Amino acid sequence: MLDLSQNIEKQFIPILEAVSDPEIPVLSIMDMGVVRSAITKNEIVQVQITPTYSGCPAMDVIGDDIKKALKEAGYNSEIELILAPAWTTDWITPRGRKALEDYGIAAPLDAEADKEVLLNGKRIVKCTNCGSQNTRLVSQFGSTACKAQFQCEDCLEPFDYFKCLK
Amino acid sequence: MNTNLYKYILGIADNSLILGQRMGALTGHGPSLETDIACTNISLDLFGQVRSYYQYAAKIKGDNTTEDDIAFLRKEREYLNVLLVEQPDTHFGFTIARQFLFDTYHFLFLEELEKSHDITLSAIAKKSIKEVSYHRRFSSDWVKRLGDGTAVSHEKIQEAINVLWTYTDELFHQTEADKVMVKENIGVDVTTLKDQYYTNVETILNEATLEVPESKWFQKGGKEGIHTEHLGYLLSDLQYMQRTYPNMEW
Repeated sequence: MLDLSQNIEKQFIPILEAVSDPEIPVLSIMDMGVVRSAITKNEIVQVQITPTYSGCPAMDVIGDDIKKALKEAGYNSEIELILAPAWTTDWITPRGRKALEDYGIAAPLDAEADKEVLLNGKRIVKCTNCGSQNTRLVSQFGSTACKAQFQCEDCLEPFDYFKCLK
Repeated sequence: MNTNLYKYILGIADNSLILGQRMGALTGHGPSLETDIACTNISLDLFGQVRSYYQYAAKIKGDNTTEDDIAFLRKEREYLNVLLVEQPDTHFGFTIARQFLFDTYHFLFLEELEKSHDITLSAIAKKSIKEVSYHRRFSSDWVKRLGDGTAVSHEKIQEAINVLWTYTDELFHQTEADKVMVKENIGVDVTTLKDQYYTNVETILNEATLEVPESKWFQKGGKEGIHTEHLGYLLSDLQYMQRTYPNMEW
């Protein structure tokens, strides 16, 4: 986990927690680990965000949503997109992982297990519908860049798996 | 303006733009839903990487240049991508072979670019390599699946590998700008990647029960802006909106 408490001023945390990922509405951008810093300089909030995947089309929307949320709370802000250090799925908070699972997206495994699943077809990703581990990789690429497609062989439910990115 | 750095960035980014355009053009045309989605996801990653490179290049160029100007308003001979990535989707075997031959290179290249003394390029490389490792898995898996599949799939992927092989050597050519950037510890010395590249490619081809082409005659020119006829057609698609409605935005 990454400790950002130094970089995000306290008063902004509840505001930023209310901004959600446009493609996974149950997940706040804070739990996603996308916000890297929020610091006031000359009465303007300088917010740094980092993309999950380079081509993630949600980033522009996230930037606009942050600006809007801060504006409504009475702050002017500027958004900066930063690439380094690169985002990793390790930055998703435990609360974020829970939100993903509740939403029907299996949370990322650690890098080693992820490899076993995606390369060797090992069945360890739990079905988000019935909890069975008898699941099959359908495709390494899913509905968005960050997900792979799975299907449960027991309840037959198709579901997304959030790929590990390290 | 640092012309060498500008050209160097385009030399990297144009590969991703042109390959991204090829893969993106398959939207709705993939042989199955899953592969269709995979191809367009790869395209999306590549376009994302291109944006980072072009934004940086635009800053270096100055004069209010934007990333879109660089993507959409250059002429054919100003694109510096390798010939490999502009080759057409003759059939799915070609799509996979092209991707595989490029991904194998792309991964090795980014591993080195991560060490660049230019912090922006290094950051883009660190970000991109995570995505490219997925691309490489996808294309390698499909080379194996087609090669070790039916007699027809085997024949088709072998044909594609044989045809595209002639474009692989260019990946390891250096332009004048490349050489200057290597000296300044900004660029990657691609000549040092060659042996590892062919070793990695051959490992997968062997697993796929495919033959490694023996051809020693190679095409080149893309890095100097001299392209195969296919690029012009690709650009006329890519640039259509900006050429038809100059300066349009949405």
